Amino acid sequence: MSLGRVSALLLRQVYLYRRSMIRSLELVYWPLLDLLMWGFLSVYVARLRGGGAVAIAYLLGALILWDIFFRVQQAISVSFLEDVWTRNLVNIFVSPVSTSEFLAATMLLGVMKVTVIAVMMSALALVLYAFNIFAHAVSLVPFAIDLILAAWGIGIITTAMILRYGQSAEVLAWAVAFLFQPFSAVFYPVSILPRALQYVAWLLPTTYAFEGMRAVLSGGGLRWGYVAGGLGLDVVLFAIAAGVFARVMWIARDQGLLMRTEG
Amino acid sequence: MPPVYNAAVAGTTSPVIVAGHLTKQFGSAVVVDDVSFSVPAGQIVGFLGPNGAGKTTTIGMLLGLLRPTRGRVEILGLPMPEARQAILARVNFTSPYVSLPGNLTVAENLAVFSRLYGVRRRRAALEALLERVGLSGVWRRRAGQLSSGEGTRLGLVKALLNDPEVLFLDEPTASLDPDGADRVREVLRAIRSERGMTIFYTSHNMQEVERLSDRILFLHHGRILADGPPGDVLRQFDQETLEQMFLELARQEAAP
Repeated sequence: MSLGRVSALLLRQVYLYRRSMIRSLELVYWPLLDLLMWGFLSVYVARLRGGGAVAIAYLLGALILWDIFFRVQQAISVSFLEDVWTRNLVNIFVSPVSTSEFLAATMLLGVMKVTVIAVMMSALALVLYAFNIFAHAVSLVPFAIDLILAAWGIGIITTAMILRYGQSAEVLAWAVAFLFQPFSAVFYPVSILPRALQYVAWLLPTTYAFEGMRAVLSGGGLRWGYVAGGLGLDVVLFAIAAGVFARVMWIARDQGLLMRTEG
Repeated sequence: MPPVYNAAVAGTTSPVIVAGHLTKQFGSAVVVDDVSFSVPAGQIVGFLGPNGAGKTTTIGMLLGLLRPTRGRVEILGLPMPEARQAILARVNFTSPYVSLPGNLTVAENLAVFSRLYGVRRRRAALEALLERVGLSGVWRRRAGQLSSGEGTRLGLVKALLNDPEVLFLDEPTASLDPDGADRVREVLRAIRSERGMTIFYTSHNMQEVERLSDRILFLHHGRILADGPPGDVLRQFDQETLEQMFLELARQEAAP
């Protein structure tokens, strides 16, 4: 793994954001809208229930952690799509960049983006709703890591699907994460789900992050069982993602998909 | 003074490109059929053939973008794809059908690709390279704002960044006006002369191929139909120009 080549791919993304006002604004736009809508909704829900500050904490905490998962996953797939859209994929794959370096750069890009977004959202939540997630930062970091690892796994699988099926599959970059949302108990506890779906929920690494977050925010402290469960499933997911990507690269080199200059 | 390449001794050097019984099949369609050739260092090879002859597929296999169904590829004495990264650091490729990210400036694109190839070039050296292909004054322009011809020449600059030992080019003068095309041919001749760079390129411009190539490989239906210096190939097919030869083959194809 060459750090020089990984940094070159990251540099390209930095230039891209610097050159595109719309792209830079997009970093702020959706998270801000989410925060406004869900923030006011959570204030309203809290009032309905008679002033439960914990309702605000649950919803805003979930929103911030969900954005970590969604944005990291999206960053991986979209940075691959950038190369497809600009017909640059061949230039990358005839350079000495290895597949692992290419993926490492997209994964790091996701972390860089989400660091900016999470800090911004957390600060706004403090200012707008007096919700101080920073006070729980240490206990929430393991769950953020769980979500980043899960997002890497899903992002790699999504990218593999786009490589395999072309630009017609690009909608996956935006849609796949939402498939996980209802079953990961993002905004409600797993116990709300029907029994059969609870089994599904506990098979997803994301569920452990959101359940763990609610335990932290309700004063229950860091539950290491949730951390271990999430990270354990991340390892399984990551192994599946690596296998899927390796298989798709094999197909791509067999069928000439890397030479495809259009979708 | 830079070393001057002597084409007369090209055949005596060890091959830098070896294709051995290269075959590529997509389903039941055999696109490249048992193709074998080797290219010595410093040679300019024009890789010709009608559309669908298998040229792009062959170049894809030489660059490791495509896995052969059968056969082997060696570049610079190293096996592809086993030594893919080591090979790709020493070769380069460009085509008018791929492009550099249009929302980055020329300078940013060259900075990114210099890093990808692990080379450090000063701005003055890069601007000299741009000027050499007729792209003065584009340093701060976005790649997407360049004309198609300028984009093609920027692709060539990208392909020369790592001073490659083997340069693969797909239709390097397509989309260029006569002046631009002539300038690119001059650059290719000059870098071969200065550095002994091996150039393996496809073109549909038959006059250009006759003038530029030491040797042509003519591919037809995935097989090599002719291999040798342009003059020898023309004599073999009893034609005066490559264009006539090309048309003759196409008409034979179309005949009932």
